[in-house]
Amino acid sequence: MASSRTQTTQVMSRSDVARAVTRIAHEIVERHSGLDGIVLVGLQRGGAWLAEDLGAALAAIEPAYAVPVGMIDVSMHRDDVGLRPIVPGAISRIDARIDDAIVVLVDDVLYTGRTVRAALEGLNTYGRPRAVQLAVLVDRGHRELPIRPDYVGKNLPTHRRDDVSATRDGVTVEVES
Amino acid sequence: MSAMRHLLGIGELGHDGLVRLLALTDHMVEVNSRPVPKVPALRGRTVVSLFYEDSTRTRLSFETAAKRLSADTMSFSVSTSSVNKGESLRDTIETITDMGVDAFVVRHKSSGVPWQIRQWTNAAIVNAGDGWHEHPTQALVDCYTVREALQRDRFDGLTLTIVGDVKHSRVARSNIAAFAMLGAKVVLVAPPTLLPPDIGHWPVEVAHRLDDVIGRTDVLYMLRLQSERMTQGHVPNLREYATYFGLDAGRVARLPEGAVIMHPGPMNRGVEMLVDPTALPNSLIHRQVANGVAVRMAVLYDLLVGESSSASLGEVA
Repeated sequence: MASSRTQTTQVMSRSDVARAVTRIAHEIVERHSGLDGIVLVGLQRGGAWLAEDLGAALAAIEPAYAVPVGMIDVSMHRDDVGLRPIVPGAISRIDARIDDAIVVLVDDVLYTGRTVRAALEGLNTYGRPRAVQLAVLVDRGHRELPIRPDYVGKNLPTHRRDDVSATRDGVTVEVES
Repeated sequence: MSAMRHLLGIGELGHDGLVRLLALTDHMVEVNSRPVPKVPALRGRTVVSLFYEDSTRTRLSFETAAKRLSADTMSFSVSTSSVNKGESLRDTIETITDMGVDAFVVRHKSSGVPWQIRQWTNAAIVNAGDGWHEHPTQALVDCYTVREALQRDRFDGLTLTIVGDVKHSRVARSNIAAFAMLGAKVVLVAPPTLLPPDIGHWPVEVAHRLDDVIGRTDVLYMLRLQSERMTQGHVPNLREYATYFGLDAGRVARLPEGAVIMHPGPMNRGVEMLVDPTALPNSLIHRQVANGVAVRMAVLYDLLVGESSSASLGEVA
């Protein structure tokens, strides 16, 4: 087994995270020349807080348009269903109509891409969006599927064994030493 | 979150299992509210329903539940099977097991059959009603329905009054266990002939007159009076039964504010139900049916997407 010694490094501070969220919000507005038809959908559970913060940041930029924020629990759409059981309480909730909307999926950390694939499939049970985009706070690499993010807070080269944690309070990497 | 291997009775499920399944049902209710109410969670798994006794809602809700989770379903009806050629229960189970199935949903007129079958197959067993003994998914449906209607996870301080043929009712047995586990006080109301002889060991209070307890009831649960009971001399006649134990407008009016009315179906209008339940604002009967599918989805998901089934996928992150 691996040694029990680990080293934790902070790679983004709380204010770094806040700035990245604001920048992504501006990129979304810029790319779509506004917010018409945009729906944010956070991936339970890690993407939930980020979707809410991104929604608030968008509201600060374009107060006239309230961007709907939904959540999706992808447990039942995973290809490795069973390895990550349903977490009680982390229920999907998408109140906005997503037919013909531009859905921005939001997650904290992009890794293999399997969660995003599951979310893409899950979205189909709610309707047919005009387009789906992906916003993540951290892209740590090691993709196993042809999935790429449209908005990235930080590109973070990692080892597969590393443990990345991303919250409002900052981003840390735990490395075995 | 440890998943279970079989769902046989409420006792085996235990308090934590009960709470886990009720929480899981919230997720399934959401799936059922989607424009396309279908998820791939049980793709590649096969669920067999094996009904040796008639059923409408339980059988259909299990089949719908399996399909909404993308499981394949097989259905076995005794009237068109080799049971008519004398095939034994064991041979039937072993034959179906050889075809490669993951779960049996079993209803049988004899108590204990789901426990017996467990020895003859590696598949998961769900008890969909065995004799007078247990009907655990109905109890889950009823607990979920009360939890939803009253917006509370625990039933401490609630009084559940079960009225009618408790003796022959698997619904009553499973519900008494489940509601008591969640903290409710359970009161049984029935003529002495329709109460089981071993009632002294049950966590219940017994009354023989509905009018004595209706004023302190939060959940009024009406059981179906099976008409064949009358011919066996358990009740003198249906009219007398209806007078003492039926739910009429006067008794509805005497229920406390906020009390709810339930019935597991199928209903005997004019016997235990003297009012039209669809006209009662506090009837949960339609919610019981609606929640049946979601609860059974939670049960199948918990049984088939457990740690045991994921082992075959190997250790991948």
